Amino acid sequence: MISKDTTFHGYRRENGRVGVRNHVIILPLDDLSNSACEAVAHNVKGTLAIPHPYGRLQFGADLELHFRTLIGAGSNPNVAACVVIGIEEGWTKRVVDAIAATGKPVTGFGIELHGDHDTIMRASKVAKEYVQWASEQQRVECPITDLWVSTKCGESDTTSGCGSNPTVGNAFDKLHPLGTTLCFGETSEITGGETIVAERCATPEVRDKFMFMFNRYQDMINRWKTSDLSESQPTKGNIAGGLTTIEEKALGNIQKIGKKCTVDGVIDKAEMPTHPGLWFMDSSSAAAEMVTLCAASGFVVHFFPTGQGNVIGNPIVPVIKICANPRTVRTMSEHVDVDTTGLLQREINLDDAGDKLLEMMMRTINGRLTAAEALGHREFVLTRLFESA
Amino acid sequence: MIHCVLHDAHDTVAVVVVEGVKAGQDMNAWIMDDDRTITLKARQDIPIGHKVALKDMNTGDTVLKYGVDIGKVVAPIKTGEHAHVHNIKTKRW
Repeated sequence: MISKDTTFHGYRRENGRVGVRNHVIILPLDDLSNSACEAVAHNVKGTLAIPHPYGRLQFGADLELHFRTLIGAGSNPNVAACVVIGIEEGWTKRVVDAIAATGKPVTGFGIELHGDHDTIMRASKVAKEYVQWASEQQRVECPITDLWVSTKCGESDTTSGCGSNPTVGNAFDKLHPLGTTLCFGETSEITGGETIVAERCATPEVRDKFMFMFNRYQDMINRWKTSDLSESQPTKGNIAGGLTTIEEKALGNIQKIGKKCTVDGVIDKAEMPTHPGLWFMDSSSAAAEMVTLCAASGFVVHFFPTGQGNVIGNPIVPVIKICANPRTVRTMSEHVDVDTTGLLQREINLDDAGDKLLEMMMRTINGRLTAAEALGHREFVLTRLFESA
Repeated sequence: MIHCVLHDAHDTVAVVVVEGVKAGQDMNAWIMDDDRTITLKARQDIPIGHKVALKDMNTGDTVLKYGVDIGKVVAPIKTGEHAHVHNIKTKRW
């Protein structure tokens, strides 16, 4: 049903990338600027503040990741225009200048020497211009090659590995040959399946980089662990759902890359892919952290299989939930976009399930709101690498 | 009706995919990779999503799922019993 001739209607941005949403975001550089951002978003309807708790006294690789994540979020093609507010102008300008490189409208404001009131007034005037301008942007027909799709599962249980994750894998196997750009990650959650992923790497260079990222994460866990991580990875929720060990969870997790896709590249957290294909991103397995990193890397729609029922969304990227657990579909139906319970009763096959997800993907990228969007789930969570100075 | 599923014919555990499985119940198990079914009897109540043992296993044995090592047995498990954190642990970390 999906082919090289498939097209969708998206927003073609100044740099040629295509978005499937048309947000005007009010982005705080730091924790101190959340209040002003939320006030601007209150003043100007149709804009979206994205508060978060960090941005002060970070340094080194942790600070670089902070900048990369904020710049990536602002640069995401689902964002039409962006207002950035920081406590001071220097770091604010660094984020504004990098987002401006995409060609989209962006303006920054520093609070110091002005105070909240004056900053909110000036930022609101710009935000109003932006939202009215954005409201006139039109969707245009775009080839499927312009689509960037990420995946990460959450509140997984054993039905994830049998049903919802292989559904994503089937969809990825169909999207990969079309020249789309795809992403998976969750580095710790590959543990037990790392040799399977390594074998799928397209070249020895990609394999070496994947194993470097995998081992780096293992070293981090071994440095800090006080137990075998049971109840953290797998989580308490995973265990309640029947998952017993990290190996079992990982083997279910990697069903998401299907049976045929090659792993064509490896990126660090919030880095941007440089060519089409399937990318592995070194990343946390915590749902909102990983989806936020995917948004920062430029992905515009996300596949999120769940077993026990994770309710996550993202402020910038529509998150499509897929579930094969009949109890979850019965008790939490408002969170489920694609019901694949039929798969585990042998009523539909994997190809049918993959097509069902792709059909929902097409409707979503053409404008249909996901369950998470309709319910207002906008989790935006920054990954930290270590303590602030 | 499918009561539990396994991936590989060599798997030593299967996943219960219906609610309310009770001790003594006969179950149809679907081997997904081969697309055929086998039958077994549940020896204990097993919640949806949790695993049932497909063979008798002793402490130290490797547990197979997806045809791959998912951990080690830490307390003996009989065919049809509930297989989870009380009798299986990771080999990592």
